[in-house]
Amino acid sequence: MSTATATRVKAPVSNRIGLGLEPYRGLKTTLCAGCGHNSISERIVECFFEMGIDPTQVIKLSGIGCSSKSPAYFLSMSHGFNSVHGRMPAVATGAVLANKQLMALGVSGDGDTASIGLGQFVHMMRRNVPIVYIIEDNGCYGLTKGQFSATANLGSTAKSGIANELPPIDTCGLAVQLGATFVARSFSGDKKQLQSILKAALAHRGTAVLDVVSPCVTFNDHVGSTKSYKYVRENKVPLQSIGFVPHFEEIHLQGEFAPGTVYEVEMHDGSMLRLEKLEEDYNPTSRLKALDRIELAMEEGQILTGVLYVSTDQPSFTEILNLDDVPLAQLGQDQLRPPKSALDTVMEELA
Amino acid sequence: MQAVNASPSGEPVTVPELEVVNDFSIHVATVNGSGSQSSNLVLLRALFEMGIPVSGKNLFPSNIAGLPTWYTIRANKFGFTGRKKEVDFLVAMNSQTAHEDVQALEPGRAVVYDEPLGLDALRDDLCFYPVPFDPITAAVCPQPKLRKLVRNMVYDGVLAALLDIEMEEIRKGIERQFATKPKAAELNWNAAQAGFDWARENLVKRDPYRLTRMDGNQGKIIVEGNAAAALGAVFGGVSVITWYPITPSSSLAEAAQGYLNRFRVDESTGKATFAVVQAEDELASIGMAIGAGWAGARAMTTTAGPGISLMSEFVGLAHFAEIPVVLIDVQRMGPSTGLPTRTSQGDFLSAATLSHGDTFHPMLIPATPEECFEFSAKAFDVAERLQAPVFLMLDLDLGMNYWTANKFDYPDWDIDRGKVLSEQDVERLQGDWGRYRDVDGDGIAYRTVPGNRHPQAAYFARGTGHDEDANYSEREEDWIRNMDRIQKKMAGARKWLPEPVIEDGPKARVALVAAGTSHEAVREARSQLRLEYGFETAYCRVRGWPFSHATEAFIADHDHVYVVDQNRDGQLRTLLRRQFPAIHDHLRSVCYYGGMPLDARTITDAIVEREGL
Repeated sequence: MSTATATRVKAPVSNRIGLGLEPYRGLKTTLCAGCGHNSISERIVECFFEMGIDPTQVIKLSGIGCSSKSPAYFLSMSHGFNSVHGRMPAVATGAVLANKQLMALGVSGDGDTASIGLGQFVHMMRRNVPIVYIIEDNGCYGLTKGQFSATANLGSTAKSGIANELPPIDTCGLAVQLGATFVARSFSGDKKQLQSILKAALAHRGTAVLDVVSPCVTFNDHVGSTKSYKYVRENKVPLQSIGFVPHFEEIHLQGEFAPGTVYEVEMHDGSMLRLEKLEEDYNPTSRLKALDRIELAMEEGQILTGVLYVSTDQPSFTEILNLDDVPLAQLGQDQLRPPKSALDTVMEELA
Repeated sequence: MQAVNASPSGEPVTVPELEVVNDFSIHVATVNGSGSQSSNLVLLRALFEMGIPVSGKNLFPSNIAGLPTWYTIRANKFGFTGRKKEVDFLVAMNSQTAHEDVQALEPGRAVVYDEPLGLDALRDDLCFYPVPFDPITAAVCPQPKLRKLVRNMVYDGVLAALLDIEMEEIRKGIERQFATKPKAAELNWNAAQAGFDWARENLVKRDPYRLTRMDGNQGKIIVEGNAAAALGAVFGGVSVITWYPITPSSSLAEAAQGYLNRFRVDESTGKATFAVVQAEDELASIGMAIGAGWAGARAMTTTAGPGISLMSEFVGLAHFAEIPVVLIDVQRMGPSTGLPTRTSQGDFLSAATLSHGDTFHPMLIPATPEECFEFSAKAFDVAERLQAPVFLMLDLDLGMNYWTANKFDYPDWDIDRGKVLSEQDVERLQGDWGRYRDVDGDGIAYRTVPGNRHPQAAYFARGTGHDEDANYSEREEDWIRNMDRIQKKMAGARKWLPEPVIEDGPKARVALVAAGTSHEAVREARSQLRLEYGFETAYCRVRGWPFSHATEAFIADHDHVYVVDQNRDGQLRTLLRRQFPAIHDHLRSVCYYGGMPLDARTITDAIVEREGL
């Protein structure tokens, strides 16, 4: 079997599994220039490369919408599935049941997740399906020309000037409440924070929900929008300064921290997530605290960013189902079809 | 000639001299939730063990407790165990329906009833057997709380006395029914015995019906179609089942879970080689099954009509992205919520072309438990061979009722995973493969499965337009080429589906075509037409869609072909007309859509009228 690097343009550097950057890239984007989603795609390429994840063991899935087009723009060596509107969580759930060794990356939008797909989003989290689920959140339906989505803030205006009359659904609040075990919010324009959060999510086992505010330059980047680049830059409130040390690098402390100022979380793969507190009494392992702070942010028009909640001791869905070590998709006939004696037993019982 | 006998009151009663042996129906009217299911199953089991061909059909309401329910047991020495419209022996335990049930009987039939109902005043042309159920029950069941539950077992004993059912078989049936609850078994046996003793002492037989041991069930089993299909899935190698509760399919998923827990958990590690997930709705259950099928599992979902409607969009995706998945549809009466506990064949049309655009989904249509088992196992092979959604079409009558069947044969074929490229295959092709290329000329392309480690194995599955290499495309020629290839693939689907079963003779110019549970009624109707009218018919039972060439030739070869449908609009006939437009004028319709299991007389009467017999 030849490796990807042998048949592709030689990459300038290679990662810990010997791959260059190229296999982590995808097709050229067809989204608008300046779209926040493109920045997120770039972070995905970088993070998977830097974490040295084998792209053949990744599946990338999406629903319908601008965000859901983006899996074509990264990880060309990974199997992809652009499914139906709002129903990617079910497809992803089935896929990880079939092969629990795969790493699932779901990319959705705010319409795809918070409107048509709300039911599946909720139940995916409740099951703690192992997946990194990114919501590329721009508060509007870009592909159908700018209608409000369910994450648009009350009073936020559309390009036409119409004000949104309904309150938003906070996807992170829902995620914390309903069982996601890693919940974070970031901003497509905050490269450093998004990288750290994404890497930590990749090291997590369970449902990791990343709500990434990602402005729509065409339909929702004007004065009056609460999802514009300007508004987000002016109103984002980071909870922590986030450091991430992958499991394959030596952990050494940078600087000295006063006691109680840093949360350190050991992720499932041995990586270390270090959250340097910017708000003294925020505790990312407390559901109650997280919900309280999310409500407050909503009231005050803040965009709260950082790791809102993390729990590393909940079993994932494939663990709950106690699935065999061999992926179900790779079982042979001997494992799939019980022996004749089993059928004979049942026939005797029914006779 | 009539025999004269004496009733308990001493009055002479006329009795037909001819006995009716092993050929009648017993109809038990009870209240839902009163424990009657156990009594009825014991009765069914006893007849089965006496070697009498028998079936049991539950006519139940959409309700847990309190509404009327009926159980019909048909014994027939000739092996016709489809539903019979006429009730021969009524057991009236339910005051809500007793008057109506009695009024509906033909003269000369028999009624066992709860004495306080006073039904004997209603008619003078029936054989009435009043039984004081409460005092009989109270004598053997000191605890008042339990009386309601064992009361129905008393009628098993009464029927045993009146119909010559062997009490030894009743006893064995009770032990089987309450195998894990010896105290309940004892209590129920005492109730049955008390009913038997009371009847022997107090009732004088005045009806012609009698049962006697014969040898009709050698090597047979009693099973529900849902359990048979569940077993088929297990022995067909299912690895992911995702479902949402809905009558009449829930028991299929639950039976499968039970068998998987028994046979597919590693004894040393305790780990499962399967996943069963109760989803949040049918959108999710089909979505999960499709995700699993895409990622290489043998995946299925099970549902009924309302679920099929909800799955529509996803099934179109699986058809177009070419993902294997098995859907079991246990049909009930629609449209809408319809009659949720009544049987129907109303989903043929919607399943066959479910979803928007040009779609086409192969169906396998079993008529017996044996076929439920075999076709369910095969459906996974067909789905993976065609890389497509495949429907297994049961109905409530087949799925939820008890049928006598031959023991199932262990599959004698290897599991077929279809055209899947391994790492080595992709390497051999030097990465030069395309997910939707028609390499073999049969319209079926090769796929890779996620997790394949070859760097050029990946492709992008999508419901949007795509070219042969799975790239997004809106080009007209790409679209048409792809749609034509899928059509070619589906035209070849019949090769993988079960052939029809044809019974023909030189004298028959008139024929029947049927599918699924219509089979039992058609078998008997053909016998009625032969015996009562000397009228020979031919018969083609289709078992898959698209239909076989043999079906086309059969229709062309007969002047009038009656297509039997358990729906109003002749859905099976519509599919035949669609596929065979040139011979559509041979086709006539016999449609029944009342929600009961189809009976032979309905078919016979329709043909007699239309053929002027």
